[in-house]
Amino acid sequence: MRIEKTSLKMSKQQPTQFINPETPGYVGFANLPNQVHRKSVKKGFEFTLMVVGESGLGKSTLINSLFLTDLYPERIIPGAAEKIERTVQIEASTVEIEERGVKLRLTVVDTPGYGDAINCRDCFKTIIAYIDEQFERYLHDESGLNRRHIVDNRVHCCFYFISPFGHGLKPLDVAFMKAIHNKVNIVPVIAKADTLTLKERERLKKRILDEIEEHNIKIYHLPDAESDEDEDFKEQTRLLKASIPFSVVGSNQLIEAKGKKVRGRLYPWGVVEVENPEHNDFLKLRTMLIKVDNEDMNKDQILLEKEAELRRMQEMIARMQAQMQLQLQGGDGDGGAHGHHV
Amino acid sequence: MSKGQSGLGKSTLVNTLFKSQVSRKASSWNREEKIPKTVEIKAIGHVIEEGGVKMKLTVIDTPGFGDQINNENCWEPIEKYINEQYEKFLKEEVNIARKKRIPDTRVHCCLYFISPTGHSLRPLDLEFMKHLSKVVNIIPVIAKADTMTLEEKSEFKQRVRKELEVNGIEFYPQKEFDEDLEDKTENDKIRQESMPFAVVGSDKEYQVNGKRVLGRKTPWGIIEVENLNHCEFALLRDFVIRTHLQDLKEVTHNIHYETYRAKRLNDNGGLPPGEGLLGTVLPSVPATPCPTAE
Repeated sequence: MRIEKTSLKMSKQQPTQFINPETPGYVGFANLPNQVHRKSVKKGFEFTLMVVGESGLGKSTLINSLFLTDLYPERIIPGAAEKIERTVQIEASTVEIEERGVKLRLTVVDTPGYGDAINCRDCFKTIIAYIDEQFERYLHDESGLNRRHIVDNRVHCCFYFISPFGHGLKPLDVAFMKAIHNKVNIVPVIAKADTLTLKERERLKKRILDEIEEHNIKIYHLPDAESDEDEDFKEQTRLLKASIPFSVVGSNQLIEAKGKKVRGRLYPWGVVEVENPEHNDFLKLRTMLIKVDNEDMNKDQILLEKEAELRRMQEMIARMQAQMQLQLQGGDGDGGAHGHHV
Repeated sequence: MSKGQSGLGKSTLVNTLFKSQVSRKASSWNREEKIPKTVEIKAIGHVIEEGGVKMKLTVIDTPGFGDQINNENCWEPIEKYINEQYEKFLKEEVNIARKKRIPDTRVHCCLYFISPTGHSLRPLDLEFMKHLSKVVNIIPVIAKADTMTLEEKSEFKQRVRKELEVNGIEFYPQKEFDEDLEDKTENDKIRQESMPFAVVGSDKEYQVNGKRVLGRKTPWGIIEVENLNHCEFALLRDFVIRTHLQDLKEVTHNIHYETYRAKRLNDNGGLPPGEGLLGTVLPSVPATPCPTAE
């Protein structure tokens, strides 16, 4: 019996094509990827995206544009005086979207109040606490007895919005990214890109990349295309990687431009088209998101999980040791007055 | 004086206003420049001329304002600078051997750049303007206005105006200083409709419809700085330079400076500064008997 080598790339398989079962030596497990695919599609995907950035950078508009939905139908924007009192909030909205039979359970975690205060020293404590909490919860559920319906609310990816109005990263940007780069995959995004000319955009991107390197910030890196991929795919991956950080424009308004209706922003001097790659990197960001919503990102996550688990084990051991110490001391000195410390 | 976070286009705008390279930053964007750790005050003086009229223009920039993680009290160095200029002038005024023309380094106008978020003012904007509208003429300006559509612009302006009003911030032209009815009607219109001016600045020229215009070139069109359909730069320029330049100086001298002077004299026990130490409380000294009063 000859065992055939097959490539397990899901994206290349066509679900309806079966190899002729009469071929000698054919067992049939070449159909496995199709089965996995079908089960995944039935089960649906889960993705938690966190968006962080100052108010007014177009985060909500971009999310709505990316997922062609309206995540914030009854939004009230607070005034400056109200912002003075507020601390950073965490708001998670979940939406179920479906495209060609594939279900996606998307959770967007918003962080209103970030970067608003006059003193932003504490503004990322809440966010980090939230991320840690999700990890803890998942770990706890996974170690539990009933593991059938674990909900994965861990933050898979964080879009960090950089203001296009500055000359690069601000001290707050650097501090925040350094605080979370080991916990979450960071995708830096330059918002409201239509405020920049092409030259300014290139300059800003380069400046940001330089600063990221200078401060040793770890951002999410798309995996390189493998050597057996076709040239087009390799080229696409190369282009994608070269455009980071993506500078995007979001909009769900349909504007008439060049005879057709496109999503865009209408200015007196012209129309900025969201899906035009010459105008901004929206399409690139969307492509990356699709690539991201699969194994690659999760591998990093598994590693982080294991680290968290290890940490937890260490803490438990430390606690047990401390307990033993106390009991020993209790036995020598007071003889039972301390009782049992749990 | 131009104020606002880094990158809001302050230097470019000032250059555009005076059609010359009066602000060094914009002429050579230095990549090595980092955000300064504290607010710095950089004053550069120029003499510009038009139609035989010479003007000594001093542009004061404030790099570092609002850029830190903790921006508490970041307006203090600025307030201090403004008051120092008043102090300088005051000292010259009370000098016995007074110069004929006292060199005037006082700040006549402060352009405050608001970030075009489209939402509302930031807490920092409110705090700054609250403190400084009492010592200097503040003209709020919406920076980089090419980031907003016409609708967004008008909504944002309305919201900003309302916030300024609700928080009792009197920007220039202040209602209480309107001299007569004519002034009031003219200024009311500016206050309630045009301000804050939503501007775009540029020091580059492009060819549009056969003319050379100052603008910004993007893949989707050219934004013309002096085109009123695109932005309100021309309104700001006319307001600050062509119609209200003298008034800005007068309000600074007659009102802000006078307020400062009155406060200083009061603090110093009714004495002009120079007699008695400035800024310190004098211990009471028993009067020495006058030699002739025997």
